[in-house]
Amino acid sequence: MSKNKTEIAPQLKEDLLHQFEATIDSFEAKESPFFVEKRKKAYEEFKLLGFPDNTLESWRKTNLKPFLERAYDIEYLPAKTTSPKESIFQCDINQFDTDLYTMLNGEWIEGANGVTTYDNGTIVANLSIAKLAFPDLFKAHYGECVINERNGLIALNSALYQEGYFIYVPDNVEHNTNLQMVNIINSEQSIFTNTRNLVILGKNAKLKLVHCDDSINNNSSFINNVTEICLQEGADLDLYKLQNKDDEAIVMTSTFIRQAKDSNLSSNTIVLNGGLIRNDTHVSLNGRGANADVMGLYLVDRKQIVDNHVYISHNVSNCSSKQVFKGIVDDQAHSIFNGHTMVKQDAQQTIAFQNNNNIQLTTKSKIDTHPFLEIYADDVKCSHGATVGQLDMEAMFYLMQRGICERNARMLLMSAFVRQIINEIALPTMRASVDELVQKRLKGELSACEQCSIQCIDPDKPIHFDIDISKI
Amino acid sequence: MAKDEHKIIGEVTTTDYKYGFVSDIETDSISMGLNEDVVRLISQKKNEPEWLLKFRLKAYRKWLSMTEPNWAHLKIPEINFQDIIYYAAPKKKKELQSMDEVDPELVDTFNKLGISLEEQKVLSGVAVDAVIDSVSVKTTFSDTLAEKGIIFMSFSEAVQQHPELVKKYLGSVVPIGDNYFAALNSAVFSDGSFCYIPKGVRSPVELSTYFRINAANTGQFERTLIIADEGAYVSYLEGCTAPQRDENQLHAAIVEIIAHKDGEVKYSTVQNWYPGNKEGKGGIFNFVTKRGLCEGDRSKISWTQVETGSAITWKYPSCILKGDNSVGEFYSVAVTNNYQQADTGSKMIHLGKNTRSTIISKGISAGKSHNSYRGLVKVNAKADNARNFSQCDSLLLSDTCGAHTFPYIETSNPTAIVEHEATTSKISDAQLFYCQQRGISPEKSIALIVNGYAKEVLNKLPMEFAVEAQKLLSISLENSVG
Amino acid sequence: MLKIKDLHVSVQGKEIINGLNLEVNKGEVHAIMGPNGTGKSTLASVIAGNESYEVTQGEISYNGKNLLELSIEDRAREGIFLGFQYPVEIPGVSMTNFMRTALDEIREYRGQEPLSAAAFLKYMKEKKALVEMNAKLNNRSVNEGFSGGEKKKNEIFQMAMLEPKLAILDETDSGLDIDALRIVANGVTKLKSPENATIVITHYQRLLDYIVPDFVHVMYDGKIVKTGDKSLALKLEEKGYDWIKEELKAK
Repeated sequence: MSKNKTEIAPQLKEDLLHQFEATIDSFEAKESPFFVEKRKKAYEEFKLLGFPDNTLESWRKTNLKPFLERAYDIEYLPAKTTSPKESIFQCDINQFDTDLYTMLNGEWIEGANGVTTYDNGTIVANLSIAKLAFPDLFKAHYGECVINERNGLIALNSALYQEGYFIYVPDNVEHNTNLQMVNIINSEQSIFTNTRNLVILGKNAKLKLVHCDDSINNNSSFINNVTEICLQEGADLDLYKLQNKDDEAIVMTSTFIRQAKDSNLSSNTIVLNGGLIRNDTHVSLNGRGANADVMGLYLVDRKQIVDNHVYISHNVSNCSSKQVFKGIVDDQAHSIFNGHTMVKQDAQQTIAFQNNNNIQLTTKSKIDTHPFLEIYADDVKCSHGATVGQLDMEAMFYLMQRGICERNARMLLMSAFVRQIINEIALPTMRASVDELVQKRLKGELSACEQCSIQCIDPDKPIHFDIDISKI
Repeated sequence: MAKDEHKIIGEVTTTDYKYGFVSDIETDSISMGLNEDVVRLISQKKNEPEWLLKFRLKAYRKWLSMTEPNWAHLKIPEINFQDIIYYAAPKKKKELQSMDEVDPELVDTFNKLGISLEEQKVLSGVAVDAVIDSVSVKTTFSDTLAEKGIIFMSFSEAVQQHPELVKKYLGSVVPIGDNYFAALNSAVFSDGSFCYIPKGVRSPVELSTYFRINAANTGQFERTLIIADEGAYVSYLEGCTAPQRDENQLHAAIVEIIAHKDGEVKYSTVQNWYPGNKEGKGGIFNFVTKRGLCEGDRSKISWTQVETGSAITWKYPSCILKGDNSVGEFYSVAVTNNYQQADTGSKMIHLGKNTRSTIISKGISAGKSHNSYRGLVKVNAKADNARNFSQCDSLLLSDTCGAHTFPYIETSNPTAIVEHEATTSKISDAQLFYCQQRGISPEKSIALIVNGYAKEVLNKLPMEFAVEAQKLLSISLENSVG
Repeated sequence: MLKIKDLHVSVQGKEIINGLNLEVNKGEVHAIMGPNGTGKSTLASVIAGNESYEVTQGEISYNGKNLLELSIEDRAREGIFLGFQYPVEIPGVSMTNFMRTALDEIREYRGQEPLSAAAFLKYMKEKKALVEMNAKLNNRSVNEGFSGGEKKKNEIFQMAMLEPKLAILDETDSGLDIDALRIVANGVTKLKSPENATIVITHYQRLLDYIVPDFVHVMYDGKIVKTGDKSLALKLEEKGYDWIKEELKAK
């Protein structure tokens, strides 16, 4: 298999390897050997693996080659924009009743250069500072569940990451303000960033976390993010990911979640726009009674590609998991869903459910759905389903017979289709806001920048609302 | 209940493979190994025309450039392709004119397998082509069929007697380079069955091929080609067994089906190759490419398979739905026990408008076996109103086996409706208790429940086969949970 | 016929029956009544041999044999029939095939020849008529797609087919309308003979209007706390169970 394999983007790989060699000294100067050793190991792994290509089963449908062969600025430099942050971050997504932390081009710029410590002991900090400030937490958790071997991008991130966020909620703390982490790209150049996050919830800790990827100009940037999440006994995390990138943007996120006994994860990824978006979610259920709900919604059109890969491993007995993804695919867009539920031999009494429903709107669009089950225990309840179809014609007829025009009937049914996912959002303001964004998106009225107050592309462009769904 | 159930499933699954005998038949075989000369030798032995030799050589060269597929959920030991005998045939006297001329040992072999080669004793309504070590030894009912214009004969005979048909269709559904094992088969296939049903003819009898591997160290590489011309119909059955041997034997067959306008082919398989012993030693590697092309409008191809044998099964009977309104079906029961591995399923490729396909797969895993369903449903941009429904259920009978489902759905048409559902379960204690409370022994209770579970598929088999298949299911699961 | 002495049963470490005694002779009809969760269904399951329940103490003898040593199916073959409160669905297994398999095995156990297909179908038809089972059974899977009433009638039909010596009907009347109740009860009455015995577990007195019991037992807290004749059932219907609890307290 590997003989004669030609690597994709050999030049970029070469450049990144050089970049590492050029930067390793500065890493050694800033970081303890614990981190440097991990970087060096990851560097070797990236060298071996290269970028993932179509010969890998999990990358068969997503071809990175054309995206990697673009010219990127890979050098690690401070934020290359001088825009005042106040004007950048007054975007709609901001109105979720959250404490906002922002990164620009992979650089931390809000809550700047420091550590925010809440009264209850919760810590939010940028990764580079947290690494020095909390060595014990990092020793215990950093790199514990990231699997570099899964693909070269993860190894690359582990070798070259610079910045990201660190969140720690201590034992028995229910953090009552929602945290929102925004990652914005705004650069004259097409940049290639490796961002890295670490989130730790102590025993019985609770947190609602919103992660936004946003961009404000049309340069093709490449975000390669790895997020590591550790949920200790009884911890409860609501994780929302909102991705609204411009049409050229490439976002690769790999999220590794490790769950102890009785912990609960509810993750909801909403993809509204983006050039190529790939979300890998890897959950290990390591303690009895743990539950993971991984949900998502994608609305793609034009030539966008969205690829959601979910891998949930039931390693012990009495855990439950749910994967529910829904999508509407228009124009020449391409959606990929790959859900994989692994039930190990010891994981008796597992309950696992998987579902992916798609609505396909054109002959040029493509939908690939691969809901996999791999089961090694006999006393389990596992089921999965997948559908590709259209709007229910009988329902269409019913609505139109009641006097609703075809376009609005279509809209109504499409929003009904996605409602299941939106309703799972536990933050009321966010739910309302996402609902509105989705409605606008379905009407084709939402571009990446539209909800951003800068309106850098066309500030004078008025926002139209043809119909108001709520009045129908 | 649990402990008992385990013990019983354990006991139930220890029944021995009853077809494991070896027949003492004189065999004409060539020496081990594979190279271009071997390919030429096979072609020469079969007195083949030049075009067929070219076909083989092209396939051989293609094969050399390919690598074994490794994407299936299977652990396949390395196969040394030079350790295999690529041609072995029962020695036969020249032309067989009557039953008396068939080697009595051979007749005896088939009698032991419950297949009579004497037409008067044949199951009513089934014509049989018996293939032993890849060579067709006897086709029954040929004459009766010929009256209707149906051609049913061994592949080698067809090459001689109907070269134009063979040339036209051979490799048209499974191209020589389709996959590693298909390329190998295309290079070295020795015999198989050929069947052509002319326009408007419904075959009055079921056609059946019975495959048996007998000689040691041989690979079986048969080739089946079935053509249903416009409006024709045939139901085709395939059965197979092999002796019990400690080494693994390779079986890499190809079945190609073409259904023209309004044509229909129903292909049923009861696959019962030697599965290896309880420790996983020996058994057949069953790497088979089966594909049907619904060429014409309103044509239909239906695959039904009951898979209980083989150490490793790798096969995906598929339908290419090219004609408008054509229909593809796949019904499967796959049972694995002990150390058996199966990665099997179907591919439904929708190209024509209003094409419909159904996939019903029932996997049953026991012992330390692994049973995977892998299926592709692909809807092309032009396949307006394509419909697919897939249901893939798994039943686990032990906590040391694996049951996996790998469906692939790929669509590019906004009018397509594709639905896939799957469940995984075990036999519930409540069901077992209910049966036992009615006085039914635990072994029979399990057999009853498993047969009930597989019923949807078993019902699709022709009558004689269904009875056989039910027995086979119970036998295969004897000692299944340990 | 059936003698239960000082029976203690627990499930997952929790004791459900503690010190139950009961004796049933042939020709008798016993009714067991009592509030929810007092162990009535557990008793039925234990007699039938359900291994989810652990007998921790006591003995059950049946026609002189130690019942606890027999497997589930041997108990059935010895003539114990349990009419399930919730009959189990077995997809794909036809009623005909199910009954044939059961009857063949029971006959074999008793040293009888299996019935021929024709004789079996005839027998089945007779029994269907006997219990007024008019649903078509041939092509239906065991209990699959049956309504609640059909499931219960199906239990009585199976009882008729297998001709048990001791029939235990666990809440067979629950969820039945008055017509279905009458059919079920008539079936039971028709199957009654001086040679067999019946234990009826029920919540309501109304079933006992049709199946007249020789004894009525009240189960409470895992044992039989009161035994009487039919009038006890009527009293329970009228006054509920509280007075029994009072009586127990008074002791």
